[in-house]
Amino acid sequence: MASATVLLAFILIGLLDSLHYRAQLESKPGQKAVYAVEVLSVLDALAAPLRSRNEKTYSAPFATRLYAKETIDVPGQGTVRDYPRLKHGGKHLGEREDEVAEDAAFTAFKAGVLAFIGWLGVFGAVVTVNRKKCPKLKLREATFAWDAVLLTLLLILVIAVPLFWLSGYYHVFGTDKVGQDVLYQILKSVRTGLIIGLVTTLVMLPMAVLLGIVAGYFRGWVDDVIQYIYTVLNSIPGVLLIAAAVLMMQVVIDTHPQWFSTAAERADLRLLALCFILGITSWTGLCRLLRGETLKLRELEYIQAAQAFGVSSWRIIVRHILPNLMHIVIIALVMDFSGLVLAEAVLSYVGIGVDPTMTSFGTMINNARMELGREPVVWWSLAAAFSAMFILVLAANLFADAVRDAFDPRAA
Amino acid sequence: MLAYIARRLLYALPILIGVNLVTFALFFVVNTPDDMARMQLGVKRVTPEAIEKWKVERGYDKPLLINAEAGGLASVTNTIFFEKSARMFVGDFGRAEDGRDIAREIGNRMLPSLAIALPTFILGLFVTITFALTLAFFRATAFDFWGVVLCVAMMSISGLFYIIGGQYLISKVWRLVPISGFGAGLEAWRFLILPVLIGVVSGIGSGTRWYRTIFLDEITKDYVRTARAKGLPEALILFRHVLRNGMTPILTQSIVAIPTLFMGALVMESFFGIPGLGSYTIDAINAQDFAVVRSMVFIGAVLYIVALLLTDISYTVADPRIRLQ
Repeated sequence: MASATVLLAFILIGLLDSLHYRAQLESKPGQKAVYAVEVLSVLDALAAPLRSRNEKTYSAPFATRLYAKETIDVPGQGTVRDYPRLKHGGKHLGEREDEVAEDAAFTAFKAGVLAFIGWLGVFGAVVTVNRKKCPKLKLREATFAWDAVLLTLLLILVIAVPLFWLSGYYHVFGTDKVGQDVLYQILKSVRTGLIIGLVTTLVMLPMAVLLGIVAGYFRGWVDDVIQYIYTVLNSIPGVLLIAAAVLMMQVVIDTHPQWFSTAAERADLRLLALCFILGITSWTGLCRLLRGETLKLRELEYIQAAQAFGVSSWRIIVRHILPNLMHIVIIALVMDFSGLVLAEAVLSYVGIGVDPTMTSFGTMINNARMELGREPVVWWSLAAAFSAMFILVLAANLFADAVRDAFDPRAA
Repeated sequence: MLAYIARRLLYALPILIGVNLVTFALFFVVNTPDDMARMQLGVKRVTPEAIEKWKVERGYDKPLLINAEAGGLASVTNTIFFEKSARMFVGDFGRAEDGRDIAREIGNRMLPSLAIALPTFILGLFVTITFALTLAFFRATAFDFWGVVLCVAMMSISGLFYIIGGQYLISKVWRLVPISGFGAGLEAWRFLILPVLIGVVSGIGSGTRWYRTIFLDEITKDYVRTARAKGLPEALILFRHVLRNGMTPILTQSIVAIPTLFMGALVMESFFGIPGLGSYTIDAINAQDFAVVRSMVFIGAVLYIVALLLTDISYTVADPRIRLQ
């Protein structure tokens, strides 16, 4: 349940970012409303300070000065080579630059207390609702693992709220080469990762389920054809097939620029196409599993009885076989999710992933990996991307394990 | 045995034809050569003459499947499909954008790729099996529990992290081995050791966890109880009985690992500057060299089918009960 809560938090971020809108520019009455060219999402609006307050170039987490020396004019002393002050990070401190640690700790503490109070509210609500339902039951013994959920919620709140609070004053994870806040980029990346994971499974699901069951149920030449198709697709190493397909997709997109009105639309379409391609290349595994299981099921007595009654094949498949396969499908879905998030990073690195203008873990890592070669090292961008990805994938993995334990009849 | 191998190779033929058709469809039907020409020459300023010239230079100016103008046998052979796709079966891949012969290039790059993939595979199998057996030996203890937790954590770390982190720590901070590059002959080991190490480490998490489940499955079986009943020490049971019986499913799993090995090598080779097939592919993707990518898809499929065959043969070594026929 703890992992599910973390996943939900991620999904919330992703959803907030998916609600796109275009800011309406101020217009005189009577005129048609004019919309800004830039497409924003709800998340952008919430995190407006993060998005708009860019520095010039790299700056370390909680830094008040840039990471590169520049020539600055100091009144009365001529020009000096020094680390210039940041435009936004720690601006409210003014001259008291040494007090960053105290100030940050104090702000974090304030926000932490606030978060804790908020959590107490949720906790109280849950307890009262439970009391009303069954007064005798303690929270710990409830069927739904409330204690785990609440504990994780507390952790998330206590970490996230101070983080956001602080991000109003500092660049908590530093800034990247062009001075963008890394925290903001991570929030945007979450959406990309989630879409890849979810949409891909949605694409592959109908294909795998339909073909798998049909092959297993009808056997004969249908089975041969379907087996042939997936053996062929399987024998091409996944990356290469994806690479080939994405290259071709690029050609299509580049030759038809008139299809897209905004850059975000193009990036989104490319992302969807990538999901589609990933789906096509990854359905074979599930299909094979389902075919094997259907072969076993169709020999069982209740299916034979249904056949003897003259129930149509289609109905047998939908009513009798499909429900008995659902556990395999669900397990496969959640298991694939984490793998897909990881795959996206690799693919974006290779250059066949999402649109380069789109923020994702892969593009972040790709941009950041050269920074390790710099002297002194720029580590925060990479570290932040990897740790955010680690948390997302870990939560997904744990969730998948829990689902498998719950659904798999073979597991003891 | 020989008859079996021969038949398997015959089975591979229709699959290769299928792969060929898929690549053909992807590269020539979904996008016409005109689109490719426009892409290569730049979308904006392109004249029909330039496209025509590009197509003629590469032999893309012929009809796709059937050449109606040429009579007789030439109506089939004088087409893009025959010239570009069917010729792959005899190892003729045509030329890359820079004019080099792809087949020779692949031959040159095969060795470095093998030098990195083979040690990674064997060493990785050895290390993960060792870990999995250790966990199985200490099953249902705190050690086992935290071992599994560690495995899940390691699974959740992106492979890129291992590469970047390892390269940074070992090559840059500790300066133990060169950061990237490749040497001729035996000198190459210094360049290979880090990629292999990283390849092994990044596979430990999922591998150990999977093999542990397989071993635990075996441990509950009757013959293990018999072995215990006759007083064999636990370590001996694990090594002599459980390990050998667990090898068959592990080998099956290794087939699944082969394509990922290729994918790992793809990224690994470009990171470490090893002139293998993986970096060749990545360069081709970045340069949008369609001919090379098409050939690599085909070669990849061939390698996969060969690997499948090798796995089947290795079954007989691991489990004498399996007869290939």
